[in-house]
Amino acid sequence: MNRAAIDLWVGLFVAIGLAALLFLALKVGNLSSTDVGETYAIQARFDNIGGLKVRAPVKSAGVVVGRVGEIRFDSENYVALVSMQIDKRYQFPRDTFATINTSGLLGEQYIGFEVGGDIEMLKAGEVMKKTQSAMVLEKLISQFMFDKAAEGEDKK
Amino acid sequence: MTPADLLRQLGHRVTSRLWRLGFASRFLLMTLLYSGTALKRFQLTIREIYFTGVLSLIIILVSGLFVGMVLGLQGYDTLQRYGSSEALGILVALSLVRELGPVVAALLFASRAGSAITAEIGLMKATEQLSAMEMMAVNPIARVVAPRFWAGVISMPLLAALFSAMGVLGGWLVGVQLIGVDEGSFWSQMQAAVDFRQDIMNGVIKSCVFGVLVSWIAVFEGFDADPTAEGVSRATTRTVVTSSLAILAADFVLTAFMFRGI
Repeated sequence: MNRAAIDLWVGLFVAIGLAALLFLALKVGNLSSTDVGETYAIQARFDNIGGLKVRAPVKSAGVVVGRVGEIRFDSENYVALVSMQIDKRYQFPRDTFATINTSGLLGEQYIGFEVGGDIEMLKAGEVMKKTQSAMVLEKLISQFMFDKAAEGEDKK
Repeated sequence: MTPADLLRQLGHRVTSRLWRLGFASRFLLMTLLYSGTALKRFQLTIREIYFTGVLSLIIILVSGLFVGMVLGLQGYDTLQRYGSSEALGILVALSLVRELGPVVAALLFASRAGSAITAEIGLMKATEQLSAMEMMAVNPIARVVAPRFWAGVISMPLLAALFSAMGVLGGWLVGVQLIGVDEGSFWSQMQAAVDFRQDIMNGVIKSCVFGVLVSWIAVFEGFDADPTAEGVSRATTRTVVTSSLAILAADFVLTAFMFRGI
């Protein structure tokens, strides 16, 4: 093996290695689509966040507009304090309604924004006023059972 | 044998292991200190990249393809029971990028290239080539060890990335082309779930750490081998065993740090 051939092979090896990394980044990963732009933070308090996780999407009208940045427990009010990183391109009115939804029946949880009608927009660091907690499946089922039981007693 | 003898034996074992670990650490430090030549005369390192990286390409590419194809088959079999066979892309990509890519590529690299490095350096020592170099005032660590070490460190992340990419292609081949999972949801669900920094970069960091570990163990075992035929053969075996164990242990520690609670 002479030197030129070795150089050629090593160059080829490094090139396809980097190409594989690029393939992973662009085709397999999400580098091409999301979280490249600048973001601003807004916060919201929830009574119960259910199974919401850090980095869960924030969606408005089904489009991802940001991600959950941090989840903390507010020990003064005994609620969950969720801070979200929202894409700078999107502004929301101050009375926007934040709900925790589930994609599919048992899918991952995300925060949905239902846009209000206020003229003023939410600024960075602001706390959202109107929120709705996660729907906890067990509570829903037990409520359903109680209702059914009550119905049965009425009939007697 | 009295209890005191047993204790003495245990103590002797522990101290000799510790001594060897210390020696290996000092050896790594010396390698890093004398890396100047390997990086300045980069041709030496390029030659070694050819032997460690390029010649490992075939085994890495073929194994990656087959691992991905098996993941596609097994993953589909399990996922379709829950009616979520579209998540096959996520399963294949995440398991390859996070774990299988770096770990299996490093294991293959240790047995394909690490053992070769150990055997080469060990044989150089057995045939007194290293001593001859010292006689000519050429530092064998700078001339022989450092280029091989850096070649391993550079090759490993590239090989792991190739392994993961081939695996994803293998999963796509089986999942989409053979079984008929919808192609659009295969890729889009994968892209939605795989995060560049969380998953891909952590995989790259893992493979860099494994590269350092395997190359370090390989050059050290070669340099420390008994200068006999038997000694070289034992050193080669030790390289494969030690680096495999080191890779798996380091993988656990790194995973615990990187993916805890996410």
